[in-house]
Amino acid sequence: MDIRLGAKVPATEEERAAIASVLGPPETGWDGGQRQAADGHVAFGGHAARARRHLLIPVLHAVQDRIGWISPGALDHICERLTVPPAEAYGVASFYGLFRTTPSPGAVVHVCDDLACQVGGAEALCERMSRRFGAEGTPSAFNGAGVTWLRSPCLGQCDRGSAALIQRAGREPSRIGLAPADPDQIWQALLAGPPASGAGRPLVPQLESTGSRTVRLLRRVGQVDPESLGSYRAAGGYEMLRRAVGLGPQGVLREVRDAKLLGRGGAAFPTAVKWEAVAANPVRPHYVVCNADESEPGTFKDRVLMEEDPYALVEAITIMGYACGAEQGYIYIRGEYPLAEARLRDAVSQARARGFLGEDVMGAGFGFDIDVRRGAGAYIAGEETALINSIEGKRAEPRNKPPFPAQSGLFGKPTAINNVETLLSVLEILRIGGPAFAALGTDGSTGTRLFCLSGCVERPGLYEHEFGITLREVIEAAGGISGGRPLRAVLLGGAAGSFVGPSALDTPLTFEAMRAIGATLGSGVVLVLDDTVDVVGLLRRISQFFRDESCGQCVPCRVGTVRQEEVLARMTRGAPFGSVEQELALLEDIGAVTRDASICGLGQTAVSAVQSAVRLGLVGSVES
Amino acid sequence: VFGAGGGTSSYREAEDADLLVLWGSNAREAHPIFFHHVLKGLRNGARMYAVDPRRTSSAQWADAWLGIHVGSDISLANAIGNEIIAAGLVNDAFIKRATTGFEEYAKTVSAYPLERAERDTGVPADLIRRLAHDYARADRAQICWTLGITEHHNAADNVLALINLALLTGHVGRYGSGLVPLRGQNNVQGGGDMGAIPNKLTGFQDIETNADARSRFGKAYGVTIPPKRGMHLSQMFEAMEEGELTAAYVIGENPLRSEADTNRASKLLEGLEHLVVQDIFLTDTARVADVVLPGTASWCEAEGTVTNSERRVQRVRKALEPPAGARDDIEIISELARRLGTDWGHPTSEDLWNELRALSPMHRGMSYEKIERLGGIQWPCPDDESTGTLFLHARLWEEDPVKRGAPAPFFAVQQEDPLDELTPEYPIRLTTGRRLDSYNTGVQSGEYATPLRGPETLNLSPEDAGRLGFAEGEVAQVSSRRGSLTVPVHVDTTLRAGLAFMTLHFPEQVETNVLTLDAWDPKSGTAEFKATAIRVDKLPEAI
Repeated sequence: MDIRLGAKVPATEEERAAIASVLGPPETGWDGGQRQAADGHVAFGGHAARARRHLLIPVLHAVQDRIGWISPGALDHICERLTVPPAEAYGVASFYGLFRTTPSPGAVVHVCDDLACQVGGAEALCERMSRRFGAEGTPSAFNGAGVTWLRSPCLGQCDRGSAALIQRAGREPSRIGLAPADPDQIWQALLAGPPASGAGRPLVPQLESTGSRTVRLLRRVGQVDPESLGSYRAAGGYEMLRRAVGLGPQGVLREVRDAKLLGRGGAAFPTAVKWEAVAANPVRPHYVVCNADESEPGTFKDRVLMEEDPYALVEAITIMGYACGAEQGYIYIRGEYPLAEARLRDAVSQARARGFLGEDVMGAGFGFDIDVRRGAGAYIAGEETALINSIEGKRAEPRNKPPFPAQSGLFGKPTAINNVETLLSVLEILRIGGPAFAALGTDGSTGTRLFCLSGCVERPGLYEHEFGITLREVIEAAGGISGGRPLRAVLLGGAAGSFVGPSALDTPLTFEAMRAIGATLGSGVVLVLDDTVDVVGLLRRISQFFRDESCGQCVPCRVGTVRQEEVLARMTRGAPFGSVEQELALLEDIGAVTRDASICGLGQTAVSAVQSAVRLGLVGSVES
Repeated sequence: VFGAGGGTSSYREAEDADLLVLWGSNAREAHPIFFHHVLKGLRNGARMYAVDPRRTSSAQWADAWLGIHVGSDISLANAIGNEIIAAGLVNDAFIKRATTGFEEYAKTVSAYPLERAERDTGVPADLIRRLAHDYARADRAQICWTLGITEHHNAADNVLALINLALLTGHVGRYGSGLVPLRGQNNVQGGGDMGAIPNKLTGFQDIETNADARSRFGKAYGVTIPPKRGMHLSQMFEAMEEGELTAAYVIGENPLRSEADTNRASKLLEGLEHLVVQDIFLTDTARVADVVLPGTASWCEAEGTVTNSERRVQRVRKALEPPAGARDDIEIISELARRLGTDWGHPTSEDLWNELRALSPMHRGMSYEKIERLGGIQWPCPDDESTGTLFLHARLWEEDPVKRGAPAPFFAVQQEDPLDELTPEYPIRLTTGRRLDSYNTGVQSGEYATPLRGPETLNLSPEDAGRLGFAEGEVAQVSSRRGSLTVPVHVDTTLRAGLAFMTLHFPEQVETNVLTLDAWDPKSGTAEFKATAIRVDKLPEAI
């Protein structure tokens, strides 16, 4: 298949073993094994071989985990095993932030310096990291092995202060999330593994502060043992799947339609429309996918759900598969969530062992199984078609739409894809019924919503509120602004969202009210900023983030994100081209082109935070 | 078998086929345009088998590769036929309606059980069975072949063995099914169409049996056409050897390099009383010529047409003036005629094309204007209404026997091993082929630089290289029963023990055809380039 291998140093035994741990040992000389006499007359390949392409990213993970980097020799061996051209495999390996294609120390510490952590003192942490481990990106000796540290985009620990993720290669690789993190604790974790959990902040401060039992999606968080199927069932688990089977696929679709559920991932698309389109599509097979690649800076809701209530997601996606006529589901979880991934994998295998997954789910006559796929550090993989490409073993570059995934999604087949929170909402819909769910919230925004409170609030954390609550009430439920300082602005929806000022405090946080003021709920981020926060610094971080995370596939985004960052840099230096007004006009132009002409949501929203800040006078005013 | 020499199917049908069998064809490198269509077919879900002694870059795309011994094609094809019959997978409606000779064919192939084919080809019986069943059961299946089938001493038998399989299963005359011989240049098909075949007038009209055609051509040219076929290339060389052929006019061909057994070809060409070469380069053949006529590069310096492997006639337009001294080929030939005493005037390419249309029924409906308007036309295109023919032999499926016409006969053929036997003295089978970046003797492709092209090598399997003690790049002495040469060794994992490979692209470096055997197929006149027995030795000084 036009595969030209050229690595000077072949894969080591260790690398081959890592690759075989995913693909099994090679069977013939043609796929990298020992040449046998039969190889001279027979070889198999073609569709069967190419159908294994989706294993490329799991194999890259295996090598990265074992060796700490992906050498040219290892890449060559992967290519001959999977019949993928090396240039293409290299394109994939070098796309993702958690893979390294140059020699690298066995331990890498990723230190979050993204929005919430900026507010929480990330720069100070980076400064201390430099003193302890040397400059960012330089290897230093550690206990006979190497270690290096890197700044990282959001690690999804925004409620806990500056976060870090340790990625450690070896025969027993580990990924350890720490928040709040400090160099001493990181040193300890490198020596001794993760610290005992249980300390830290409450999972859901809402429950502790008010004793409220009104939460719906969060009802089991902290109440069940996330590692026990029995505990989940004792708390009502798998009753909704039984109810779904009783309703039949059409009945489930009807409930979801009646509930008027809108997707919680950011685009607020009606879930029933997606599901019905897939269910009705005559092309087989159908796939369902859970987008658990929660990477929007400031967002951590799905992490909490998956860490604390993993079976709920497993049950929900099973219901989704049942309704959509799919026998295979995928959960694509970001690589920065090791605990959530471990618990999900455990939940899937326990569910399989107990007949809640497999050829005959619960004896109800339908088959369904779940494959958990780990992302490798790419914000863009959260875009649904990019995520589909990533599952297929490709660079996570978004596809042109149409065709939408419901027509041609994973492996070119009809595919329904939803965010974790959306799927858990489906469990609630089945519990109380579609019409009852629709009665919650407002006409345009039914049900409840999870809000990720971070920044300058007394009790940051995950909150669940019925739609209709105002921004002021949400902040007050989290104890108000810390230290009682004045509010400067709130970033709603994360880096792809927008800033609102104090005047928006009494706006209800609904899809329709947000649209009316030109803002978005996005992924539920509520990052509160008081008058001490360096807003221009945040804007520069946002613009840097998008320049970094743009996949580079389409020009408006690739170029526009760079230009945006340049304008902000000049304005921060106080050296605008021409006048500040000219720079603001340029930002406006860049925004229009990037928003109108990018093929996916990343480019379309990469300018929205900066533009909203300009409108609010947060940038371009006296201080900047 | 069907009356005209041409691929039955259009390229685009490969995109819609369910099964493609690439038999003796490294189309990935030798026919990259066709292979683009194959790749689309694979993307659309078609499965592919590759039958080839080497696991070529084409075979690496296949679902399964059958690495047969060189020259065991008929045994394999007959075993596939026998298995299809035994498994009850024949298309009996098609056989009954549109073929003759099935009984004899069935009897012949009954001597080829899978076990025999496994012995002859080296390919496990299971895999042969799988190919047989998949081919017979596919709704749309094509067999595509190239020189791996035709550069053998029994080339025509090889082709017949493949055609038999299509007749057996009805994989011909329907969209997506077919028999696809791939032509090595943009206009090999066109050369045949124009009558550059010893026994055919233009448009595949038989010179010996078609009296009507003879009289039409005779009337047009004002001469009497004798019902007598000419010689093909291999016969010409034999005639040179016997002194019967003493003068040759060679147009756009480099036989001194391209013929098997170079030593003999060179001696015979140099021994001619008179040799005229018309070419755009001073080829090695031109160097020994008495007269060289500089022609024009037909793809950019002349008007005309070419016909590709899917029978599509396409216009070629003049983009450049030829260099000083070079003249249009039509002009050269007309001038030659004038000096020989016949004045043809100064015909344009369109004048000649219209003359052709008057004489060749299958081209009659193709005016220059229409070819241009439709972006090329696939023959047959017999009248003004016709827009050409997507695939051939649909008539075989007609209900009405009159429309169906003559049935297609099975021709039972027997396996014959290559003539150049393997012996302890010459134990290694050398086969030849092409590389993506080069073309034939390199007259046209050698001018261009490409990073893909390395020096010519003798490709040896890792096993043979190891056994004989050759390191990569080490120069070896390669000998056949006819000649000997030196060439660096390249260790090639696509080869098995006992199989070696070379190209003929670089005659100035390595005269591969010094080694090859000029035994040729009496039916097609093609030499057995694909099967030479060689030995590989260390250079004397290295011992």
